Amino acid sequence: MATKAEVLRNKKYSEYIAAITPKTHLAQSLLYAFLIGGIFCLIGQLIYDSFEVIFPHYDHIRLGNITAMVLIAGASFLTGLGLYDKFARRGGAGSFLPITGFANAMASASMEFKTEGLTFGTSTKMFSVVGPVIVNGVVWSTVAALITMLVKVIAAAIGG
Amino acid sequence: MNKTLHTGQNTKWVSCEKQPAPIRKREVVKKMQDTSKRTLFFGNRPKIIGCSAVVGAREKEGPLGKFFRNVETDKTLGQKTFENAEIKMLEKAVESATRGAKLRFSEIDLLLSGDLMNQITSSSYVARKMAVPYMGLYSACSTMTQCLTLGASLVNAGYFDNIACATGSHFATAERQFRFPLEYGCQRPPYAQWTVTGAGCSIIGKDGDGPSITAATIGKAIDFGIKDLSNMGAAMAPAAMDTLCTLFKDTGTDASDYDMIVTGDLGKLGSDIFRDLMSGEGYYMGQDYSDCGAIIYDRNQRCYQGGSGAGCSAAVFNSFVMERLWKKTINKVVFLATGALMSNTSSYQGESIPAISHAVVVEN
Repeated sequence: MATKAEVLRNKKYSEYIAAITPKTHLAQSLLYAFLIGGIFCLIGQLIYDSFEVIFPHYDHIRLGNITAMVLIAGASFLTGLGLYDKFARRGGAGSFLPITGFANAMASASMEFKTEGLTFGTSTKMFSVVGPVIVNGVVWSTVAALITMLVKVIAAAIGG
Repeated sequence: MNKTLHTGQNTKWVSCEKQPAPIRKREVVKKMQDTSKRTLFFGNRPKIIGCSAVVGAREKEGPLGKFFRNVETDKTLGQKTFENAEIKMLEKAVESATRGAKLRFSEIDLLLSGDLMNQITSSSYVARKMAVPYMGLYSACSTMTQCLTLGASLVNAGYFDNIACATGSHFATAERQFRFPLEYGCQRPPYAQWTVTGAGCSIIGKDGDGPSITAATIGKAIDFGIKDLSNMGAAMAPAAMDTLCTLFKDTGTDASDYDMIVTGDLGKLGSDIFRDLMSGEGYYMGQDYSDCGAIIYDRNQRCYQGGSGAGCSAAVFNSFVMERLWKKTINKVVFLATGALMSNTSSYQGESIPAISHAVVVEN
């Protein structure tokens, strides 16, 4: 167990470290995230619009699905070429929040663990990075759905 | 006032009347009071008779590039996996150091080796290839000095004639083990470090030419409560401070008595912290102090605070530092590699990072 003097020393040391450690430049990071994320979204919109021109009878859900598929394939391809992490190094959240970031996380993990075989490598480790995204996605969308349902029930009760 | 030290008369523990290091009169009294037993003095002067460093392309491009003779530009060294590449690299380092010492594998009595992989597989596979007696060691990034300390002790005691001490690390394998997949796009904080692709090997011999290891200080696991996995320099600087202060006290020397003091992989930020900590203890670290991690990469190489990993200190010591010792540009060096003794599991479970640093004094 840490003694009182040690606790004090550690507290003093961590304050000193916090003061001396260089910080990420906030405005610059935000700008890069906005630019890189914006470019990905722009590309997505371009794909959407061009498919709308080619297949005018498709509804917006189908067009959205096609756009997502093209973006995922593109991001996986760029990951394979070793280019995606270069954008991400600058883009930060701008590159990992869009669907392309998810594709990159899956593709990079499956590439990385290919050496351990298809079963115990690629298949097992593919979700090692994106696992939390999936779990949280399911949990929070369930919560959101429950809240929506609750609001609807209350609204109906008040209205009725 | 009998300080017992292992001076190398085989297994006897004898009282040590005379230290090989110069002692200042005013400090003798102080030294005798602080009997830490952490500093070993090697009276038989085991020598570093051969050394070799193998590095990757990025390290070659750095400021120390001209000191690195063995460069592997191919990231995988023609192997199928990065793990095999690390084994190959470590093997090449051992091989060329053995050749440099004008020995054959069969003349190596013991291989002391360690690395950063789980269950130190890289070292063990090198040992499998070499077919020599082998002991695997782990002390994170300070494995090189742990190997040197143990190797020098064993040679000094007269058990072995030639011991190979080797360590290495590879950027790609360390990334996988400690961080994310290679191609995963993530941002690092500006205080992060870059794992060095490199390996180093020193051959410690009883006879032969070369600088000798005269003393070694064994480190304590020091924890100042740092929990940030990216800020290794801050976690390891206190350990280096503790070991160096002990070495100074036990030998009755200070920073001005050495031509060069070189720490392992604190990085630029970490070495600044180390300087501050040392001045807090009353030792001024001047121009003669440098850090392997801070000098291995150029500012323009975008390696944040510099290099890290077991290979960092091993490669720099076995090329840059040893070459200057051989040429007698410098004659007395303290080499203290620093290591962070955590695992991903321990740090995800909220434990802070203990760090260790062993120091060796190498003299001509």
